[in-house]
Amino acid sequence: MTSSYGFETLSIHAGAAPDPATGARALPIYQTTAYVFDDADHAAALFNLQTVGFIYSRLTNPTTAALEARLAALEGGRGCTVTSSGHAAQVMALFPLMSPGMEVVAATRLYGGSIQQMKNTYPKFGWAAKFVDGNQVENFKRAVTDKTRAFFIESLCNPGGVVMDIEAIARVAESAGVPLIVDNTLATPWLCKPIGYGATLVVHSTTKFLSGTGTSMGGAIVDSGKFDWSRGAKFPSLAGPEPAYHGLNFNETFGDMAFTFHSHAVGLRDLGPSQAPFNAWITMLGMETLGLRMERHCANAARIAAFLEKHPAVAWVNYAGLPSSKYHALAKRYMPKGAGSVFTFGVRGGYETGVKVVDNVELFSHLANLGDAKSLIIHPASTTHRQLADDAQVAAGAGPDVLRLSIGIETVEDLIADLDQALTKAAA
Amino acid sequence: MTVAGHDRYDDAYLRAILREVRTIGMVGASANWNRPSYFAMKYLQDRGYRVVPINPAAAGGTILGEAVVPAIDTLPIRVDMIDIFRNSEAAGPIVDEAIAHGAKVVWMQLGVRNDAAAARAEAAGLRVVMNRCPKIEHARLVGTLEWHGVPSGVITSKKRKL
Ligand SMILES: Cc1ncc(COP(=O)(O)O)c(C=O)c1O
Repeated sequence: MTSSYGFETLSIHAGAAPDPATGARALPIYQTTAYVFDDADHAAALFNLQTVGFIYSRLTNPTTAALEARLAALEGGRGCTVTSSGHAAQVMALFPLMSPGMEVVAATRLYGGSIQQMKNTYPKFGWAAKFVDGNQVENFKRAVTDKTRAFFIESLCNPGGVVMDIEAIARVAESAGVPLIVDNTLATPWLCKPIGYGATLVVHSTTKFLSGTGTSMGGAIVDSGKFDWSRGAKFPSLAGPEPAYHGLNFNETFGDMAFTFHSHAVGLRDLGPSQAPFNAWITMLGMETLGLRMERHCANAARIAAFLEKHPAVAWVNYAGLPSSKYHALAKRYMPKGAGSVFTFGVRGGYETGVKVVDNVELFSHLANLGDAKSLIIHPASTTHRQLADDAQVAAGAGPDVLRLSIGIETVEDLIADLDQALTKAAA
Repeated sequence: MTVAGHDRYDDAYLRAILREVRTIGMVGASANWNRPSYFAMKYLQDRGYRVVPINPAAAGGTILGEAVVPAIDTLPIRVDMIDIFRNSEAAGPIVDEAIAHGAKVVWMQLGVRNDAAAARAEAAGLRVVMNRCPKIEHARLVGTLEWHGVPSGVITSKKRKL
């Protein structure tokens, strides 16, 4: 909104003024399912969305609402809806836009789980995902049909090292009359704010850097408030009579808040993937230190990527912060404060060596998550991508020699020493 | 009091209006429960404002317990503020009627903006807000808009109040 406060101030204060009832300075955890109505008239006004207030925590809850307000403020959005996981946020982002027969055009460089969700589960809703190589922006233009309802990309792409040209893709979306959805999980708003480059919706797995310590599942959708949903009659759920609300027209009634009101009043109400207040509370705590942590995550990652690039047991390093990366220029443009802390590298010796590295690390944790204060490592070919055929593994950036790191905020010399000894043992 | 440009309003300016105003004439109030004006009227009533609906097509009936009058010059009371749910062009003559009525504030809804009329109102000593909704601004300033995931832009270490 109009606030001129800096990022760190907003990450501590936005959404969390003292509790009006008690004066409690820390955000209270409103561990409640429901809220009493003043009287029948008040209840009716709430159910009709004519007044602000709480009904039931599947729709809204004061603790999750605080997280929504904070994340919207940090992303420069109009409103936000938090969800039970990042995957739920992706479905919730598309839900008001799509209907059976409609299409989303997505970049191939996505988190493997997102490709899985789009390819195999969306068809069960009657939605189709078309995948294009996002490095060539014209591919998006070519994939557009009269059934296209959204574009979907990641700003900094999992498994890392790849950056999308957000502004160019947003321009194609704009001329196609559809919103661009950007998954900003790996970058966080501290590194990149996609709305400033024309994104309409920003989705997050708050499970990662936002909560920051690998404790709490969560997701979010931030709406820019800038897309005119009445354009081209493509989005009847948002800009036509919504049958799920007695014919209410959300766009007309809530203006630039239409998406956010719809995603609570219809999306969360009917699909139900609400975030637990306790998880929202932990994530709020994490976000107070987001800038500090990201600064260290990025600084450690840059040191380690440079170290690995010179290591004799390492064949290649794919980190957009390295001058050798073909995404270096895009990273400098879209995330000048750092290229994040998730990236891949290849070991000489292939599959066997990769497995030995993860077996020999002592500080790095071998697990399938990222964005933790703790440093993490995974060998995709023997874990997350083991069901895929060899050529499919390579296409997904998960070939036999690939290791993915999520660099934490420990002492960087200790991390370098750990990788060095594990690589040396594995190569021996 | 005049506002330069009318593209943005200080929170203090909006707060003062919403604190001082007690009675509102709502031009274009609808009897249809799912119209934006009905939402705004219901919300403002619940926050203690008296809202008198003005709508020639609905005159003689009642909306939310208030008798509908056909025009500003048939209002039963002198209202503090005229809230305009009509298009920008139609807002012009309505502003002139608001000045003649003796209102202290003219408020034009989201999407409604008439700079010439605003200048006339300000010259006559009225305060003007354009392209905003008093329901949204009230909820934003007291902080309750954040309950629905919409940040208020207000950062404070004090308990929230209007
Ligand atoms: C970029 C990205 N988006 C979405 C997700 C899914 O989030 P969640 O695991 O919170 O459902 C992940 C998880 O790894 C991710 O890395």
